[in-house]
Amino acid sequence: MAKLPPKPIPLHSTAGVADGHLDTHKAQAKGLMRWLLTTNHKEIGTLYLLFSLCMFFVGGIFALVVRAELFQPGLQLVEPEFFNQMTTMHGLIMVFAAVMPAFTGLANWMIPLQIGAPDMALPRLNNFSFWLLPVAFTLLLSTLLMPGGAPNFGWTFYAPLSTTYAPPSTTFFILALHIAGISSILGAINIIATILNMRAPGMRLMDMPLFVWTWLITAFLLIAVMPVLAGVITMMLMDINFGTSFFNAAGGGDPVLFQHLFWFFGHPEVYIMILPAFGIVSAIIPTFARKPLFGYASMVYATAAIALLSFLVWAHHMFVVGLPLVAELFFMYSTMLIAVPTGVKVFNWVTTLFRGSISFESPMLFALAFVVLFTIGGFSGLMLAIAPADFQYHDTYFVVAHFHYVLVPGALFAIMAGVYYWLPKWTGHYPNERLGQWHFWLSVIGVNLTFFPMHFAGLAGMPRRIPDYALQFADFNMVSSIGAFFFGISQLLFVIVVIICVRGGKKAPAKAWEGAEDLEWSVPSPAPLHTFETPPRFERSS
Amino acid sequence: MVTHRHAQRIAVKRTVIRSVAALIGMFAFAFALVPLYDVFCQVTGLNGKVSNSAQQIAHQSVDEDRYVTVQFITRGSAGLPWQMSVANHQLRVNPGEISEINFTFMNHSDKESLGRAVPSVSPSEASQYLRKINCFCFDEQKLNANQKLMLPLVFQVVRELPKDINTITLVYTLYPVNGKEISLVHGSRDKKGDTI
Repeated sequence: MAKLPPKPIPLHSTAGVADGHLDTHKAQAKGLMRWLLTTNHKEIGTLYLLFSLCMFFVGGIFALVVRAELFQPGLQLVEPEFFNQMTTMHGLIMVFAAVMPAFTGLANWMIPLQIGAPDMALPRLNNFSFWLLPVAFTLLLSTLLMPGGAPNFGWTFYAPLSTTYAPPSTTFFILALHIAGISSILGAINIIATILNMRAPGMRLMDMPLFVWTWLITAFLLIAVMPVLAGVITMMLMDINFGTSFFNAAGGGDPVLFQHLFWFFGHPEVYIMILPAFGIVSAIIPTFARKPLFGYASMVYATAAIALLSFLVWAHHMFVVGLPLVAELFFMYSTMLIAVPTGVKVFNWVTTLFRGSISFESPMLFALAFVVLFTIGGFSGLMLAIAPADFQYHDTYFVVAHFHYVLVPGALFAIMAGVYYWLPKWTGHYPNERLGQWHFWLSVIGVNLTFFPMHFAGLAGMPRRIPDYALQFADFNMVSSIGAFFFGISQLLFVIVVIICVRGGKKAPAKAWEGAEDLEWSVPSPAPLHTFETPPRFERSS
Repeated sequence: MVTHRHAQRIAVKRTVIRSVAALIGMFAFAFALVPLYDVFCQVTGLNGKVSNSAQQIAHQSVDEDRYVTVQFITRGSAGLPWQMSVANHQLRVNPGEISEINFTFMNHSDKESLGRAVPSVSPSEASQYLRKINCFCFDEQKLNANQKLMLPLVFQVVRELPKDINTITLVYTLYPVNGKEISLVHGSRDKKGDTI
């Protein structure tokens, strides 16, 4: 972050002007304090993205510990207890500290620019919700050093594993998750307030770019389900420390209730991690196909439909807990129903590409890989949705393959596509195209090498969350582990691309990509610290 | 311009108030789900929890043509040095028939302790059709040091049991009971003053 644009003096007609100097509200903080106190949406967006990048590598190292242990059957490197801590922390860090903050960071940077607002609606709250995150995850990571070790019950923290049989550090885990949850909720409130009230005059809801739309719906999902997560972990806290029995059968509670409550949060949560990705891809594909997005309205309605359906499918994670037949059928069909709006989206992206003048710059490559590989993840999801078949797949590596396909080449590739797409706007320079292409191809090979063999291992019956496995899975696991290290190391290239791009490179004009149409491309590159102080005139393109 | 900013600020405030209200509502809803879940499960019998109080005998004729296997599983628990065993691990009963089976509780420690056997029925749909007329599981038990206690379970599988269920498994898990939380102890009096 060496070369940041100096803060320009805001041109307000305030009292300060009269005494001959411009009022800058308050003394401009320098150095570290500038970042600690900033209320600027662009700076906070940058903070979110940098935090997410760091956590991506922390979570990645945990994953590599897991993959290193699984390179061969037998126990070689770590104790099983530590292995369990690694799988748990990998999941928690990637979900709550890498993917979610990355999307919030992109939202902070891009939503005000895309709707023509000067900043987020609640800038100070914005600062607070970011700075909660380092606190939360320092706390969470510190559990690794505590007696009894870090949480070891999987990222889904099923009771009674996470209550009766949990390590003493669980209380810290609960606190960390509470803080991270508050951060997400405050972020969501801010985003809703910004989108609903701060749009440029003349911009109707149905004129908003899809990234804004998907984030609006995501923010509603966050407000609806993060409090449920907060409720669940509060109940856990009380079961552990205050002798209640929410999830303890001895006291009249029910451990299955935990799973219902958790997945009532957990399923919308997976859409929280993918809807903004849909928005990013819906911005990039039309740009590089040089055609307007096919079926804009149907994209909006499909997103809303996915969000609504996400509340009705939670028990498909629980097909084997002993649900009655009616419930198995209901959750099976409602889950399959989600494939319809998702199919609409994939159809629209493909149709946008049809007869477009396509060019294949790095953002487009990542977006196209997203469409293909996310669809593979979607199909394995459909396979898992079949309740009778799920009895075979449940808790196997097939599930691991499925959700990594939707999260890594899904959410993560979309984030990377977004970063490559908007870097010219953030830094004023194009990312190095040759390195970007290398990063893309290495990532695609790495992802598939890592996760594709997991399908086969899972179908053959390899259970997830185990440090050792039967000999017949050895080859698949060796390929996966090689792929994981390959993928992990190739992400260092991404850091190099970003650093080079911040320091210099080919200068980008305001409209950095030929086919880009949204409002953010009307401000100069790099975007000055303060934009749209006077609202732009929004002109409808159609 | 100033009025526009002002109007915007009011609108933002309104949005924030509404979102916070929704937020608090959802947090409360999460807690409301706990009793709702219990009620829902009791009405539908979905989580295999069985009624915690004595039920009436359903006066119906015995279906001589149909047999249902009722299996009994007993499990101990960490923190309670008891053993629980059952006279027969399974019974073949006719729907409508009233059966009795004895369970033995044994305290292996040198101290008296309190415990409770919590039942669960599998498949859960069957829980509504397994009526317990008399069960030790309705109350806590108190066992003196090394005491052995035999207690009966009187139950009836009603004829309405769905045709596709041929086996019902009744699992008892022992749990320690904290002395202070005792409401009913075997041999004491219940709310109506009857000896249990």
